[in-house]
Amino acid sequence: MTFTAKHLLGIENLSRDDIVSILDLAEQYVTLNRQSHKRSDTLAGLTQINMFFENSTRTQASFEIAGKRLGADVMNMAMGASSIKKGETLIDTALTLNAMNPDLLVVRHPNSGAVELLSQKVNCAVLNAGDGRHEHPTQALLDALTIRRAKGRLHRLSVAICGDIAHSRVARSNIFLLNKMESRIRLIAPKTLLPSGIDQFGVEVFDDMAEGLEGVDVVMMLRLQRERMDGAFIPSPREYYHRWGLTAAKLAHAKPDAIVMHPGPMNRGVEIDGDIADDLSRSVIQEQVEMGVAVRMAAMELLVRGRREAGANVGVMV
Amino acid sequence: MTLLLTNARLIDPEAGTDVLGAVAIEKGRISQIILDGEALPKGDIIDCGGKCLAPGIIDIGVKVCEPGERHKESFRTAGEAAAAGGVTTMVVRPDTEPSVDSPETLQFAARRAADVCKVNVLPMAALTKDRAGKEMAEIGFLMDAGAVAFTDCDFVNRNNKIFGRCLSYAKMMGAVVIGHAQEPVMSDGACATSGPFASKLGLPAVSVMAERIQLERDMALVEMTGVTYHVDQLSAAVALPVLERAKAAGLPVSAGVSIHHLTLNELDIDGYRTFFKVKPPLRPEDDRVAMVDAVASGLIDIISSMHTPQDEESKRLPFEEAASGAVGLETLLPAAMSLVHAGFMDLATLWKALSYNPAQLLGLDAGRLVAGAPADLVLFDPDKPFVMDRFKLKSRCKNTPFDERRMEGAVLRTFVGGEEIYARD
Repeated sequence: MTFTAKHLLGIENLSRDDIVSILDLAEQYVTLNRQSHKRSDTLAGLTQINMFFENSTRTQASFEIAGKRLGADVMNMAMGASSIKKGETLIDTALTLNAMNPDLLVVRHPNSGAVELLSQKVNCAVLNAGDGRHEHPTQALLDALTIRRAKGRLHRLSVAICGDIAHSRVARSNIFLLNKMESRIRLIAPKTLLPSGIDQFGVEVFDDMAEGLEGVDVVMMLRLQRERMDGAFIPSPREYYHRWGLTAAKLAHAKPDAIVMHPGPMNRGVEIDGDIADDLSRSVIQEQVEMGVAVRMAAMELLVRGRREAGANVGVMV
Repeated sequence: MTLLLTNARLIDPEAGTDVLGAVAIEKGRISQIILDGEALPKGDIIDCGGKCLAPGIIDIGVKVCEPGERHKESFRTAGEAAAAGGVTTMVVRPDTEPSVDSPETLQFAARRAADVCKVNVLPMAALTKDRAGKEMAEIGFLMDAGAVAFTDCDFVNRNNKIFGRCLSYAKMMGAVVIGHAQEPVMSDGACATSGPFASKLGLPAVSVMAERIQLERDMALVEMTGVTYHVDQLSAAVALPVLERAKAAGLPVSAGVSIHHLTLNELDIDGYRTFFKVKPPLRPEDDRVAMVDAVASGLIDIISSMHTPQDEESKRLPFEEAASGAVGLETLLPAAMSLVHAGFMDLATLWKALSYNPAQLLGLDAGRLVAGAPADLVLFDPDKPFVMDRFKLKSRCKNTPFDERRMEGAVLRTFVGGEEIYARD
């Protein structure tokens, strides 16, 4: 097993083998996480700092639990409140934290590319917890693990990604991942919520749910941000729900055993019918959250292991 | 005393010729062009060694950060950069702090320039006060003080009533107006050109149509007012038919393009490299090629460096937040030479866009290689290869997108008014 990346910045630069390595190790952590004693000492003595320049509850909690279960000392920094408001630049913040010798930095930032920029200035492993509209690699990995557990494979599946793709880093990371794993991707969204030139990403594009969902194995719904419901991107939440909200009638076009996914937090009655979200025979939304912890444990362990092999001491610049 | 620059390839953009010969200089002006084989007059001889001698570059749209931000670029450093780049006339932008929107600030800038710059410096003034688009600047007084053109730079006035009146007033005064053709609402917040590449990077992007929309508006107002109008930089192929129609209809319009949009494309921003963040954003390769073809055909008249110094702090930020712009005075010539080396155009055609056309737009007698013209000249080796090292730039800011690039074409000597102001070591 070779995992040579220094950071986890995106899916785009991972190989198929990298992805499989993370998922395979994550399976072991799923088992661990279901035991009453959930501790491993893989990251004992190491320091993990979570820097979230954008509000997050679930992703930050997931990374925090993942680090703690691996024995790391985890610190959360709510960046929105502190240095940015004092005018400190991202790079200065990075250098300041770097001086405290962390081993893992988990970073979310509202600007695309900001996490990559930060990774160039620090000595430790950096995990991208979402940068702008660019990538959210651990979300795509946890989605992949969820799909693999439900469908037994990641290749030759037909996956529909529905909703606000234009502003979604989750969609981009999933498109990269599913393409690498050789599944078919269908994007379903109103034209106003599709990024320009997306048809060149190796996907099929639909604006009609019934047509797009025809025969798919997986239905991934995306969250529609409240600030985009005001008429500038779609006329109203109710028209959106009527055409693109996932209902039983629309889901009937997918395969009978198709699973329903959502990265959360959900807007019930906007992009998804509450009954479908709660239907445990179709919805794997809760399992996605569970897989999130396991995937993040696996990713952090592989990054640390790779650095140990490369430089003996994790804190050493490689 | 006559100075003779002999044994040179004479690049005459006006005649479109590239022939061996010599130039005689007296009292700061070209006194005679001597073709190969003709008898040389008496004088001090500088042997040009068969290299190219052309009118100095007239660069419209240089940002010198005086007044306001001398830590980014002063007239002294910009002047040195210009001399080293073969630019003999800098036509400087008014988007300083404060803006050059009154005769007093214009005279301040002109005085500073005269004190420390060996190249010619011609100031432009803001079209409206503080470049805010609400009140007209004192166009008449500013012209008396030496403003050669009026521009609000990258501020685009959405108020057609006020902008139209500014153009009418400028027309009456015989002033040249320079506009920026990017529809401002669509362009707001965008730092890339919309398309698959920007979507992959997840950057806010703007359609190339924003350029066409604004150019259409501006052409309508030019038709209405009759003002002499130059669009500072075109970059999108979809805008070119608008320009073509306006020229065919006989409107007094001309267009520029920045050297960056002729030599770089959107793929260069990969890795979120902020030194490639310019305004308008870099375009797909098809647009770049269309711009090069438009220069070769003469549809686009002028190439500028759009020299915009930004310090490291302004650039060492996430791409969306980083400042736009690149320095260009010293890289304009070698970058432009790549268009000749790639076979898109000959040297005389290129030089028309670098010296003759800008001079014509502003009514200058420079930019020509004829007896009587000012002896503002550049001697350069068109083929000299080198690797660009940004820390060797004379500009105070080093934000060039050409760092570490292999380039060809080096300035050997620069003359302004017959005086040698730069010689390569």
